[in-house]
Amino acid sequence: MADAERIPGFATLSIHAGAKPDPTTGARATPIYQTTSFVFDDVDHAASLFGLQAFGNIYTRIGNPTCAVLEERVAALEGGTAGLAIASGHAAQVVVMHALMMPGDEFIASKKLYGGSINQFNHSYKNFGWNVVWADPDDISTFEKAVTPKTKAIFIESLANPGGIVTDIEAIATVARKAGVPLIVDNTLATPYLCKPIDYGADIVVHSLTKFLGGHGNSIGGMIVDAGTFNWSRDRKYPMLCEPRPEYSGMVLHETFGNFAFAIACRVLGLRDLGPALSPFNAFLILTGIETLSLRMQRHCDNALAVAEWLSQRPEVAWVSYPGLANDKYSALARKYVPKGSGAVFTFGLKGGYDAGVKLVSNVKLFSHLANIGDTRSLIIHPASTTHRQLSDAQKVQAGAGPDVVRLSIGLEDRNDIVADLEQALTA
Amino acid sequence: MNHDSYPDSYIRGILNTVKTIAMVGFSPKENRPSYFVFKYLMERGYRVIPVNPGHAGKEVLGQKVYASLPDIPEPIDMVDIFRASESALPVVQKAISLKPRPQVVWMQLTVRNDEAAALAEANGMKVVMNRCPKIEYGRLSSEISWIGVNSRTLTSKRAHTLGKGVQRMGLTHDTVQGGTTAATDIAQKKP
Repeated sequence: MADAERIPGFATLSIHAGAKPDPTTGARATPIYQTTSFVFDDVDHAASLFGLQAFGNIYTRIGNPTCAVLEERVAALEGGTAGLAIASGHAAQVVVMHALMMPGDEFIASKKLYGGSINQFNHSYKNFGWNVVWADPDDISTFEKAVTPKTKAIFIESLANPGGIVTDIEAIATVARKAGVPLIVDNTLATPYLCKPIDYGADIVVHSLTKFLGGHGNSIGGMIVDAGTFNWSRDRKYPMLCEPRPEYSGMVLHETFGNFAFAIACRVLGLRDLGPALSPFNAFLILTGIETLSLRMQRHCDNALAVAEWLSQRPEVAWVSYPGLANDKYSALARKYVPKGSGAVFTFGLKGGYDAGVKLVSNVKLFSHLANIGDTRSLIIHPASTTHRQLSDAQKVQAGAGPDVVRLSIGLEDRNDIVADLEQALTA
Repeated sequence: MNHDSYPDSYIRGILNTVKTIAMVGFSPKENRPSYFVFKYLMERGYRVIPVNPGHAGKEVLGQKVYASLPDIPEPIDMVDIFRASESALPVVQKAISLKPRPQVVWMQLTVRNDEAAALAEANGMKVVMNRCPKIEYGRLSSEISWIGVNSRTLTSKRAHTLGKGVQRMGLTHDTVQGGTTAATDIAQKKP
């Protein structure tokens, strides 16, 4: 095989994909194009850009060269055709659904999701007339039964927050294909280093870049990746993609942009009109984080496994939910989907219940007690006394946030120091 | 030539060689893909000659529209086919009879006709099928990266600009293979 056709590895793509030397200055690191707007070469060039007839930059709400490097980087890592950087993971979900759903439509979602997504789907989406139907990832038949003529998409997380759950992506992709709808996979907790959902049938991948991809707890950001696999015109169910768009003088986006039409629809109909653009400065920080993704993610996973094993031997601990543990319920799925490691976010239960949870988060000295995950720092939260405190005890248990539950996001500190902090806090 | 997967060097070689392109199935409507490609390639320095019998004699962006390939009174380097797959064969037959014979037959995204391709190749022409020259130019020049598309290329070389501002770039800098999109390649082969 000629040298030019060798397929580069993950670490190489993490550093190089999307980041070409700046054509005017030769800058090798990606410049931060902190500007709202870009001058046109001439009137005709402006017309071409506004008509989507030329590739280029107009206004940072629609696209920005720093954000574009991030988009191509994540698309390349996921094996997708195109990406769209956006202000947050939540914004990514809104813009994806905006491209797929009309008022009165339904989508099926796994009930094992990040609590913020459950909230967004249950409540905020009602105002748009988008109706969520919940299904159980531990029972694939619940997805099949949930399909109706109004179903427009299926949404799951690869590794599900609050951790410890591995979703059978391939089985649910089969349901989606049969239903003729795209499968959307939130790959935030796994990152493409651990799992590439497109390889298992995902049509759209979304991310909160805030977590492991950025990885340093310094920037909120989101990403939409178009796998280029879905035929938007076949059943004519997706008018944003297969019908002439009045916004662009009758252009049909799928016909014009082929296998990256979904990413374009999210940009020119979603991001342009709804407005949640990512700041170029955030894009720069997240890009810098991604350059070390393979090193960091492996260390996150190795540390998390060591901590999970240590916790499972502790007398204060009732149970540990981490798929990397040999006897875990999700161990077989973990070996298939995340063989390099099961991520760094997981939960465990304290025999001492609510009071022991409060005591633990109060006593830690190295762990930070906060609501984020996917930081270089180790993080801890006791959901029952914080994020889920307004729920009844029964609701807390159903949400995986029972009074005894503690969630950890294991960082990159020395393993012995992470364990020592938990030990002193458990015994204090 | 394997028409499922073209090396970037093959595509780059074609786009760096041809200068005059006849576009068969051109539409003068501004929201049609063929108009996009027509305008884009002209802005990148190619001479593009529109062909459509329904609009013969009209002028679009200063270019005269011809009814058929043999009507074009100048040598053509490449024929770009914007027609349904089954209509590609007669276009290729006409292209072969042109003197001098064009070097390249290019069929647009979704257009594939293996019989027409074999005929063109047997007559010494290079063939590209199911690709868009605008997307390929954008990919290999890195222009397409500005809209977040996976160019599937990596490079440590600076692209040169074509002048008239920085948002038009040339094809002379070299690239190597970048992140692949195997899933979409497989999906495209399904009916």
